[in-house]
Amino acid sequence: MSIPNTPPKSGGYIPRDRNWQPDALTPPYKTSIKRSPQSALLSFPSTLSEETSPVFGHHLLGELDNDLIHNYAQAGESAIGPRIIVHGRVLDELGRGVPGALLEFWQANAGGRYRHKKESYLAPLDPNFGGCGRTITGEDGSYEFRTIQPGPYPWPNGMNDWRPAHIHFSIFGHGFAQRLITQMYFEGDPHIKLCPIVGILKTQAAIDALTAPLDMNRTVPMDSRAFKFDIVLRGQRQTYFENRKEGL
Amino acid sequence: MSQKLNTLIESASQTAGPYVHIGLMPTYAGNAGYYDEEIGTTPFLDEGNAKGEIVEIVGSVFDGTGWAMRDALIESWQCDASGLFAGAEGSDPAFTGHCRFAADADSGEFTLRTVKPAPTTGRGGVKLAPHISLWVVARGINIGLQTRIYFEDEDNSNDPLLNRIEQRPRVDTLIAKKTGDGKYRFDIRLQGAGETVFLDI
Repeated sequence: MSIPNTPPKSGGYIPRDRNWQPDALTPPYKTSIKRSPQSALLSFPSTLSEETSPVFGHHLLGELDNDLIHNYAQAGESAIGPRIIVHGRVLDELGRGVPGALLEFWQANAGGRYRHKKESYLAPLDPNFGGCGRTITGEDGSYEFRTIQPGPYPWPNGMNDWRPAHIHFSIFGHGFAQRLITQMYFEGDPHIKLCPIVGILKTQAAIDALTAPLDMNRTVPMDSRAFKFDIVLRGQRQTYFENRKEGL
Repeated sequence: MSQKLNTLIESASQTAGPYVHIGLMPTYAGNAGYYDEEIGTTPFLDEGNAKGEIVEIVGSVFDGTGWAMRDALIESWQCDASGLFAGAEGSDPAFTGHCRFAADADSGEFTLRTVKPAPTTGRGGVKLAPHISLWVVARGINIGLQTRIYFEDEDNSNDPLLNRIEQRPRVDTLIAKKTGDGKYRFDIRLQGAGETVFLDI
């Protein structure tokens, strides 16, 4: 369908605000010291390589991919820990919902232990918890999944550093330029202000934007609490009508 | 006072951390079978019927001490052998163009097996030399690093992105070296001597 009066494609993504995004070199987060480029990034207008993206259909998803309480559990069992729903919307910088965005998430269990062959924290694994899931946003950019609230855990950075409870998110928008990995924190966690990885964020506003509030309106009484986490991807300089849903 | 713009700002990036593979490459994390279908394990849907030359690109991601990192995760995105991206009309149905790969836990080497991309057309009709876009994440990397693989045996002389690199010796850091028939080497150096050119794109 052609739409009359459509403005010409001005094209491209709104540049990343590198004054807002974290720097590469953040010495209190020690691993960044030898893993940060020293030269300036090369700025270049996006091309089709960045303005297109892989497209993931719903057929990809298994029935329990968005239910971490059950997607690794034995039949009739469920993961141990505070049962929560995480929900929100994926938006672009112009405030439009991003439909068809693939979200992947991973996390530690209620005791702060990851199911990864290289992880060695003494807190035990939960035999009914794997710790990863995925979903695709709806027409309005909304998503939700259920899981257990992860625990904080210690890590070898400073002598006594603990990560706040967090869930990792990986997001595909409609362009490879929007590719983003971030972490969601929980409102009120006292570890947030102590964490060197949170500390790479330059403003309280950036930290707040990664901190999910308790959302009592979305709880399931006698079942699960809920936290709301909206994610913002780079905006594309196009009108809504040009913003095709299938990644091109 | 003027009106407010009411625009949002992109969510701030955080490192993928040491356990990124749990979420994105469960089999690599030791959790094989987690999903019925894992994403991006290969850019092929049907390798036998994919059009174009199949190439293998081997490399490592080195940190600023020269150590080949074992925990980096890389994604690639590219067009097919006709210059079309998946989803475009006429693109190769046997090829997705997207792959996820990680360094081998012992050797620190990754292998990307894919189709050699064709040239594409950029803004204003400018030809872009064949390239593969990469996105590198790992513990210690606060925001995903974007770069590109170009090919030694292609004509890169008029590529507008390569031509924007002021320090000409650094162009070399984006060029995969041919090591054999359909074989290339592409190392990524995060810091220091021979540091790869990373993009703000």
